Amino acid sequence: MTDRVPGFDTLAIHAGAAPDPTTGARITPIYQTTAFVFDDVKHASDLFALKAFGNIYTRIMNPTQGVLEAKVAALEGGTAALAAASGHAAQMLVFHALMQPGDEFVAARQLYGGSINQFNHSFKSFGWHVVWADAEDVNSFEKALSPKTKAIFIESIANPGGRITDIAAVAKIAKAAGVPLIVDNTLATPYLCKPIEHGANIVVHSLTKFMGGHGNSMGGAIVDGGNFDWSKSGNYPLLSEPNESYHGMKFHETFGGIAFAIACRVLGLRDLGPSISPQNAFYILTGMETLGLRMQRHCDNAQKVAEWLSQNPKVAWVNYAGLPNNDHHALQKKYSPRGAGAVFTFGLKGGYEAGVKVVSGVKLFSHLANVGDTRSLIIHPASTTHSQLTPDQLKKAGAGPDVVRLSVGIEDVEDLIADLDQAIG
Amino acid sequence: MNHDTYEASYILGILHDVKTIAMVGASSNEVRPSFLVMKYLMSKGYEVLPVNPGLAGQTLLGQPVFASLKDVPKPIDMVDIFRNSEAAAAIVDEALTLNPKPSVIWMQITVRNDAAAALAEAQGLRVVMNLCPKIEYGKASGEWAWVGGNSGIISSRKQHSHESGRVQSLGLGVKPFR
Repeated sequence: MTDRVPGFDTLAIHAGAAPDPTTGARITPIYQTTAFVFDDVKHASDLFALKAFGNIYTRIMNPTQGVLEAKVAALEGGTAALAAASGHAAQMLVFHALMQPGDEFVAARQLYGGSINQFNHSFKSFGWHVVWADAEDVNSFEKALSPKTKAIFIESIANPGGRITDIAAVAKIAKAAGVPLIVDNTLATPYLCKPIEHGANIVVHSLTKFMGGHGNSMGGAIVDGGNFDWSKSGNYPLLSEPNESYHGMKFHETFGGIAFAIACRVLGLRDLGPSISPQNAFYILTGMETLGLRMQRHCDNAQKVAEWLSQNPKVAWVNYAGLPNNDHHALQKKYSPRGAGAVFTFGLKGGYEAGVKVVSGVKLFSHLANVGDTRSLIIHPASTTHSQLTPDQLKKAGAGPDVVRLSVGIEDVEDLIADLDQAIG
Repeated sequence: MNHDTYEASYILGILHDVKTIAMVGASSNEVRPSFLVMKYLMSKGYEVLPVNPGLAGQTLLGQPVFASLKDVPKPIDMVDIFRNSEAAAAIVDEALTLNPKPSVIWMQITVRNDAAAALAEAQGLRVVMNLCPKIEYGKASGEWAWVGGNSGIISSRKQHSHESGRVQSLGLGVKPFR
């Protein structure tokens, strides 16, 4: 008899979440505590020295957070995951484990505007230098490599342009260069796309978006693919060399396939501190149980809204990879076959003013700076999420002045279309 | 059997059945994996008998160290090999000369010797390669999720506190029905 391999929706509900060992509580409890008692001095020192599994302090780990991490890891097909206060925090922890001052990483310029800011400005003050490549031209990643390159960073479905990245092609370049490929899978979620299956080594998430799905909690995650040899090149000393703060322990030697997730936790979270609150971990866990149902509905609704918009005489263009005439339709069929996600952009023939009119006229869509909520959202990136970018950067990020971005929710799609219809006028 | 992957129930059966483990290649260096695995298995109630010719006659975590498997003065249920794949062959050969024979040969992560495995299986032993009993115990008990680990196991059964009664220690729970 062979053990059954559970399907995606079964994992979304059950992975990591067995009944509580002490109370039998079926739903994962909210362990709203800062610290955890030790058996004795020996147990305490073993925990601090990573010689035993166990909880010490919620800045580093917490049982509610642990269930969330195990669930994210299982859904992505990774070896382990680490949750953090936000997607931005997760990215900071990833690069903290990889980079030394003076190092470079290559990133697609088609990214969430917040990531572009983080990479261009805050990371620069740490001495971590981003080199931009073009997700539309896979060869540009190869050209951007240098001996100082420590990683390549892309989004699976890019925000806000809705572009689909050729993950396997970029993974091939990363592998040949001996650097890990990091994929932000926030907009796709593992229901639509599992980047590790396509060669990614690290996956990052803003759990705030579709993973939690209800717009109520901030959270981020790092997933360790367990498929990168951190000791081979000597370029990742935090992982391969003896660590002074842990009595000379070598993380890769000791933790093998989960070494990266462990290093982000016991070095990054320990010293930088952006931990997720147990309460937020709980809300996100509850949301994730319905991830498959929600994502399919999000995608089905987005497809219908995009089709309707593309037939509307006042609409200049619709950039949704689910439309057959879209440049990214073939990549969508390969990487995200169950749907093209629910975040996409369109422009009106009236340009900037007409875009502003729609954003101002909607009654059901909410005008705010988030994506991946159950309710439908709308924003004008040029004046909000991407407002710190230059006109050239706006264009390159797919956020030009006429661009309106939708995050299509799971309401009745007829109501969404009616709302856009009255707002477009 | 195919040693590329193992059923969770096969591994759990082994972790339930064995009580006495001879660890070949146990280290006295407190940050080496073999030391950490020995310490963890002892905390879960296994009797671990370290084997390392370089440390023979000394004690490790309170246990006497033996020069070879032959020198271990009691029956061994499982031989856990912390040596390279090539060296595993001679260790398995030696294990098969013991009386009584161990019932399990376990080779650690990166250690795999298919010829040696076939010899042991031909004599009725169960073999596990390229895995770590500490990790597999952690996955089966649920402790693995405390570090965000993906155990590959789901269950609607309550996790079990370890019989030692220590805080933050889970046990394997009931033996799976086979």
